[in-house]
Amino acid sequence: MAQKKGQRGANSVAADDSEVVSRVPLQAVLLADSFNLRFRPITLERPKVLLPLVNVPMIEYTLAWLDSVGVEEVFVFCCSHSQQVKDYLKESEWTKPTSRFSVTTIESHDAISAGDALRVIYEKSVIHGDFVLISGDTISNMNLAQALREHKERKKKDPLAVMTMIIKHSKPSNLTHQTRFGTDKVLMAIDPQTKELIFYEDKVNPSQRFISIDKTLLADNTSVYLHNDKQDCYIDICSPEVLSLFMDNFDYQHLRRHFVKGLLVDDIMGYKIFTHEIHSSYAARIDNFRSYGTISKDILQRWTYPLVPNFQYFGNSSKVKLDREGIYKASDIVQSQSARIGAVTLIGSGTTIGNHSVITNSVVGHGCTLGNNVCINGCYIWDNVIIEDDCRLNHAIVCDGVHLRAGVVLEPGVILSFKVEVGRLITIPAYSKVSLRPQPSIQDSDEELEYADASSAVIESPSITSMVSSRNAESTPNFSVMENSNSSEVGIAGVGYIWSTYEGEHEEEWRHSIAPIPEAKLTELSHAYHEEPDVSYQFVSNTPVSGELQLDSESTGFDDGDGGDYVDSTDFDKEVEATFHRALTGVNQETVILEINSLRLSCNKSHADCVGALFFSVMKLGLEAPHSSNSELYQSIAKEINKWKDLLKHYLKSVDEEASNICSGTYILYGGLNDCNLQSKIEVILKFEEICSETATELSPLFCTILSYLYEKDILSEDAILSWESEKGAADESDKIFVKQSESFITWLKEASEEEDEDDE
Amino acid sequence: MTRMDFEVVVLAGGASSNLSPLVSQELPKALLPVANRPVLSYVLELLEGSNLKDLIVVVEGEDAAQLVGGWISGAYADRLHVEVAAVPEGVGTAGALRSISSYLTANDVLIVSGDLVTDVPPGAIAATHRRHGAVVTTLLCSSPVSGPSDSGTSGGKEKAKKPVRHNIIGLDPTRQYLLHMATGAEVEKDIRLQKRILQAVGQMEIRADLMDAHLYAFKRTVLQDILDQKDKFQSIRQDILPYLIRTQLSSEVSRNGLVSSESGSNKSAVQDDLRWLSQHREIAPSTFQDSQPLSLKSQRDDQRSHKCCVYIANESKYCARLNSIQAFSDINRDVIGEASHLSGYSFSAQNNIIHPSAELGSKTTVGPQCMLAEGSKLGDKCSVKRSVIGRHCRIGSNVKIVNSVVMNHVTIDDGCSIQGSVICSNVQLQERVVLKDCQVGAGYIVTSGSEHKSESLARK
Repeated sequence: MAQKKGQRGANSVAADDSEVVSRVPLQAVLLADSFNLRFRPITLERPKVLLPLVNVPMIEYTLAWLDSVGVEEVFVFCCSHSQQVKDYLKESEWTKPTSRFSVTTIESHDAISAGDALRVIYEKSVIHGDFVLISGDTISNMNLAQALREHKERKKKDPLAVMTMIIKHSKPSNLTHQTRFGTDKVLMAIDPQTKELIFYEDKVNPSQRFISIDKTLLADNTSVYLHNDKQDCYIDICSPEVLSLFMDNFDYQHLRRHFVKGLLVDDIMGYKIFTHEIHSSYAARIDNFRSYGTISKDILQRWTYPLVPNFQYFGNSSKVKLDREGIYKASDIVQSQSARIGAVTLIGSGTTIGNHSVITNSVVGHGCTLGNNVCINGCYIWDNVIIEDDCRLNHAIVCDGVHLRAGVVLEPGVILSFKVEVGRLITIPAYSKVSLRPQPSIQDSDEELEYADASSAVIESPSITSMVSSRNAESTPNFSVMENSNSSEVGIAGVGYIWSTYEGEHEEEWRHSIAPIPEAKLTELSHAYHEEPDVSYQFVSNTPVSGELQLDSESTGFDDGDGGDYVDSTDFDKEVEATFHRALTGVNQETVILEINSLRLSCNKSHADCVGALFFSVMKLGLEAPHSSNSELYQSIAKEINKWKDLLKHYLKSVDEEASNICSGTYILYGGLNDCNLQSKIEVILKFEEICSETATELSPLFCTILSYLYEKDILSEDAILSWESEKGAADESDKIFVKQSESFITWLKEASEEEDEDDE
Repeated sequence: MTRMDFEVVVLAGGASSNLSPLVSQELPKALLPVANRPVLSYVLELLEGSNLKDLIVVVEGEDAAQLVGGWISGAYADRLHVEVAAVPEGVGTAGALRSISSYLTANDVLIVSGDLVTDVPPGAIAATHRRHGAVVTTLLCSSPVSGPSDSGTSGGKEKAKKPVRHNIIGLDPTRQYLLHMATGAEVEKDIRLQKRILQAVGQMEIRADLMDAHLYAFKRTVLQDILDQKDKFQSIRQDILPYLIRTQLSSEVSRNGLVSSESGSNKSAVQDDLRWLSQHREIAPSTFQDSQPLSLKSQRDDQRSHKCCVYIANESKYCARLNSIQAFSDINRDVIGEASHLSGYSFSAQNNIIHPSAELGSKTTVGPQCMLAEGSKLGDKCSVKRSVIGRHCRIGSNVKIVNSVVMNHVTIDDGCSIQGSVICSNVQLQERVVLKDCQVGAGYIVTSGSEHKSESLARK
């Protein structure tokens, strides 16, 4: 009886709102795809989340953390190499009945971004409550309980608080992000009281010395903290609304660049993002090779405890023993007496190390064979690698099954992908990436995918298969010379392609590479930000004069005029001209009109400006045609005008529409809507005048002729010409040259109109 | 307190145009009455309180300087040593300083705006300035909420109004250093911050609720150098201060950049950072040029490094500048109201000040937070609320004065009603005049029965 009562009591409590929330099991979405190409060429063959990080696949760390924070259901979203991820998970401890949570894989092959992935997950409708959004390459040991509690409490009070972002303090130095994670620093503005995120910028343009922040940020908050010293951990606690937001905004791709910024900037439905700062625990994401190296070291130095090599957290990790100075050794390694293992190094099981070899600051995987006199510093050597005598490796990543023959030198930043073989005495230059896979020829800049080939586990590229099989047949290193265009790149008896870096990327190579940043770059980096500040002075003094100025009856003496505007307008003219030239190459007129319109809107110009610029382009075209006499010139110009009159007229006509839409308020005072139209026609004449007097003086004798031609072709109307004349009436004599020139034409026009009037009567 | 080796310059302005019709040739801004004594007296007494008795008062215009000088010599002859300097009108605050800069000799110069009404001790700013060895220290105080806070008449309107954003100020996490400053009105859309400075501190607090009180402590040598070299600078607030803020920390930062080694790039970054912090926090070196004891790279030595500091006044402190008509009304109200300790008068049990020589008619009430100066007479059935009435005013019967300032020798005839207005000296209001939110310039006569609302009335 008592029991029953208790149960009923529990049920009634469960009906309470908060209880409902807590009864929903904590779910997590793990994105097992980074949606970028940073780990190429390795990711051509194996998904990033399965790459070993200190001899354990990255995804293990993420899953172990999710397990530790009490997540009950994990949805692993796989995209590239999904079969490999699925197979791996099937074999892993996490899917066994002993696992504390359930792992479900969701597969999609057409997702090209995190946004797509979340949309797929939304469609599956498996998320019922708050969930943790994490990428499979995130390492953390933080306790999520408090952040979760804060998130839930906020959500209860304010249903618009849909996301809590985990951030961590990092050093405020401008170099920290670059040196540690190879990423740009993140700029965040956070409300100190509520911890609401109000500004997020992860792509700070280094060439700009100023940061612009919308003033309206301060409209609601009297105080805002602007942080340059926070690191985004890429762990988010999301409410289910986040998924539907991705659904509604189908153009959201990137989690930060589109979703977070979009939410903050567009103020969509007032949704808010909050931050939770962690202080003592660890959280970081492997974004590129540099952060791979940094995080590996952090793991060896036990910042990620308990996720460290000698801790039996991962089911598949073998016993490793920790010595002094952060040296980890598997129990079954074979090490020569004369070999030396330096600090912060891990040697995997079954590895043999030859005489006089030195290994420092490195991770060596399982079953590797290192010869004599090998020197390894700052390298990540994966499983079953054979390194022969006298090799020198410096800050390189060497994947499974690589074979380095005697005397090979790897310069800093080298990546050797799976099963690459390097011939004797070859030096691989810095930042090279070598793979058995040929480099994909076309790089579509929009495509940010790991190589999405489901059957990529085995090397099957035909051009290489033969080589590989022949290599297998002859396993002795002194095999015959393979004079093959492919193998020659990595030396005699070598197999692999050296990937060339894409255009423009080479510059950036050092940023993401595992190698230390060259000193020159470091200096440059730190200098880039602080040029002589005095230079900026003039720039700043352009800012509008404050209201206080009048209060103190002061004024600044720096009036630089509207120099900025001037640049704008010439730019605009150039843009219009470029667009127009595209029209010449066959682009249809409609498209040109569309493009010019969008240009006009983006530059905040009027229709009249468009006509002016267009007219200028047309005239230029006519001028460019070869001509020897004035009459020929006239011919070619007339031809061009005739050809493009529709386009010009479109603008002169559409001014009418604009007039009715926009100008009505302002221009009605000046004599009606027609005036707008007139305005742009006058603009054409003025532009014409300008061309004649400044750019092409040879045109000036033809001014009147062309003017009448324009009139004839109905591009200019008589009232436009007449008002141009009257406008010029007050001008200087020098300005009147063209008016005088066309005097006879104008008189004729006047007479004609009078006659017309008479006719009307 | 011993001599602090500070010189004080009070910039008293001239006939500021945005205060018309209150100011005139006869009444420069510095002499505008706040609770029946010139506004300048508040600054002078504040400085006196910090034992800063050697002052230079700079006034725009010869005539105004004469008037101000005459008043000071009368009121403070035995208490302060004041020199009044006249500068041409329209030279700006920097121009005014430039014209007297050759007289300055002390290590540091305290520059105070003459229209400041505050109880923040200038000594505290001076001490902060010295402690940090800053080139400039600025007094920041909470932005006043504009408009009569408790006036019943326009209450609805005021509520809709957001507090004025006087300044946008960037501070370091310890709130000691000034990293950015912009005037609210100056910022059109975006707040533009210097990335270099943000990178140096890592975290910047941006505040919109602070106001630059126009009280600065400058290192004299730096101030003189800037005034000499940048001859186009016209204003302290517009030119000199932004220049100093912009150029601060420059040499430290660039020096850091040179110390980066390949090995353990991470570690070197940390060291750099620590070094930077240690420099930043370093306690006051005695002179400005010595402030680079850690400068390892000699080629940078010629470049100056400096700090701009702030002193943030406690929120309980009163701080306001008389730079608009609204501010004039607000300050008058506050000085006899919530900031009554500033007025220097002792209040009666009814929380008001009625001079013994003032005469009140029967059934006339003078509410709390009012002031009635000597020799003024009120007729019967008058009502005065939250207002200041000057000397020798003659006020008839049935007159209502609410939230207003009435200066000296004003005649107000029967049945007038005055709300939220400022009535200057020698004004005559004839019978049944109704004024609401008006300013009446000196000597003006408002004809009987007329009603005015939100107008500025002055003699042509």
